[in-house]
Amino acid sequence: MEYAVRAEGLRKRYGATVALDGFDLGVPPGSVYGLLGPNGAGKTTAVRILATLLRPDAGRAAVAGFDVVKRADDVRRSIGLVGQQTAVDEVLSGRQNLVMFGRLHHLRAAAAGERADELLRRFGLADTGRKPVGRYSGGMRRRLDLAAGLILSPPVLFLDEPTSGLDPRGRTEVWEAVRALVASGTTVLLTTQYLEEADQLADRIAVIDAGRVVADDTPDRLKATLGGDRLDVVLHRVDDLGPAAAVVERVAGGPAEVDPDRRLVSAPVRDRLAALTEAVEALREAGLAVEDLAVRRPTLDEVFLRLTADDRTGVAA
Amino acid sequence: MTTLALDRLRWAVLDGWTLTRRSLQHWARQPGAVAVTLLFPVLMVLMFGYLFGGAMAVPGGDYFEFLVPGMYAMTMAFGVEATMIAVATDAARGVTDRFRSLPMAPSAVLLGRSSADLLNSALGLAILVLCGLVVGWRVHGSVAAALAAVGLLLLLRVALLWLGVYLGLVVRGPEAVQAVQILVWPITFLSNVFVAPETMPGWLGAVAAWNPLSATAAATRDLFGNPGWGATSWPAAHAVELAIVWPLLIVGVFAPLAVRRYRRLSR
Repeated sequence: MEYAVRAEGLRKRYGATVALDGFDLGVPPGSVYGLLGPNGAGKTTAVRILATLLRPDAGRAAVAGFDVVKRADDVRRSIGLVGQQTAVDEVLSGRQNLVMFGRLHHLRAAAAGERADELLRRFGLADTGRKPVGRYSGGMRRRLDLAAGLILSPPVLFLDEPTSGLDPRGRTEVWEAVRALVASGTTVLLTTQYLEEADQLADRIAVIDAGRVVADDTPDRLKATLGGDRLDVVLHRVDDLGPAAAVVERVAGGPAEVDPDRRLVSAPVRDRLAALTEAVEALREAGLAVEDLAVRRPTLDEVFLRLTADDRTGVAA
Repeated sequence: MTTLALDRLRWAVLDGWTLTRRSLQHWARQPGAVAVTLLFPVLMVLMFGYLFGGAMAVPGGDYFEFLVPGMYAMTMAFGVEATMIAVATDAARGVTDRFRSLPMAPSAVLLGRSSADLLNSALGLAILVLCGLVVGWRVHGSVAAALAAVGLLLLLRVALLWLGVYLGLVVRGPEAVQAVQILVWPITFLSNVFVAPETMPGWLGAVAAWNPLSATAAATRDLFGNPGWGATSWPAAHAVELAIVWPLLIVGVFAPLAVRRYRRLSR
């Protein structure tokens, strides 16, 4: 099996809205693949098709070597799905939930019970396994949700925004659980709007926008596409943005980006120190009131914004 | 039948049982909530019987004897809410999607829901029968006729299961659920359960007379040998037939609609 997850030219539309517009993806076995994109980019639609919940209008997809439409049952035996919501029964206890899902995976009663206890231990829920899920914290629920997706130790796990709506502590808990999983060899396809999350967990990132993959690379190489260090100048007055951009472009020897909302002028630079000293002098000479000035490494946000900003303005990260 | 088909049937039943068990575990975890639902019809019987009963004159008998079979039918109708809420909650929470991503029998989701809700309604009916016996309701007909009456009541409940599943898949959000819950009241009251349809304004009386709930109520009164309003209209004269035809018609309409709606989740 060359790919654990393979999608070729997937298309899906809802009425006039095009959710997927020729979506391609190849996830090698044993890797953690981040699917990164703004709200409405098509991430969830892609995952729902790969998890057999939706039928594509066109294109093909295979998971664990099985076609998602023709061999849906085989796909379902090979995947775990952890959706955006915690899809567990709130009234039942954590253990009752896991036993139920184990039975629905056609484990015998005794085996389902053993598996439930094992998963509760593994996800740090052994002490609270008999409490109703309604009384769990957000992080605990997500961990239980993860455990419910891992009943049969599936070779492929889909995580659709696994930490949305969690506080930082809950997020860290889920990240740790995912890292432990990856160490055991599971292939993970993770969707997220948080760049930090993709950076933390994924070996490779596909940036998705308007239903198609616009970039596909390692986090480091995606960052490198922005060209190394950047010079940032934050001005006191919006009126100074124009003259400051001219100064920055001279120092950087290339075009600068201007963000009026943050009163920011920014450009990639080659030599950090020279750029910094030159910029300080040139700005002072021009008589511009500078609020902040720095040279820094690019963030994934910038890669993301640049890749997805073509047909859109002001995407909040 | 091939072994494959047999195997599928076996899993449909086993998976259905797993989901029925889930509902039974809900009862065990929320005994208070279950008690409230089961005792609510009892409260209705006591309220209507003792508060309004004195002002009601039923030809040929006591108001309780008349009221109690109607309340049986009404309890079956109220069951539609429980089914709808359970289905809507699972859909909204993503639980339905998780079931759909599992290698389980798709029909089991429905099978589990049906058997759990039917068990719940049967238990509610049993409690209400005890309540009826306490306030003076009696069976005057044969045992066979009484069993037939119970059968008609459960038939109505089975029919409304499909309506509940359909509504649960259609309604979005708690406001819509609440709207349906409120609408259940006028629809069930617009029947012969409490008063004779002939006392209502003409067209309203006709609607009440044709209400499927009226058919089941009148038919069960008849089979239990309790007093009723009499065969004052065509639907009242053919109550037993209608009490069979109406539920079958409801199944005929809403079962395909519900299945279609469930399949459309993947569109």
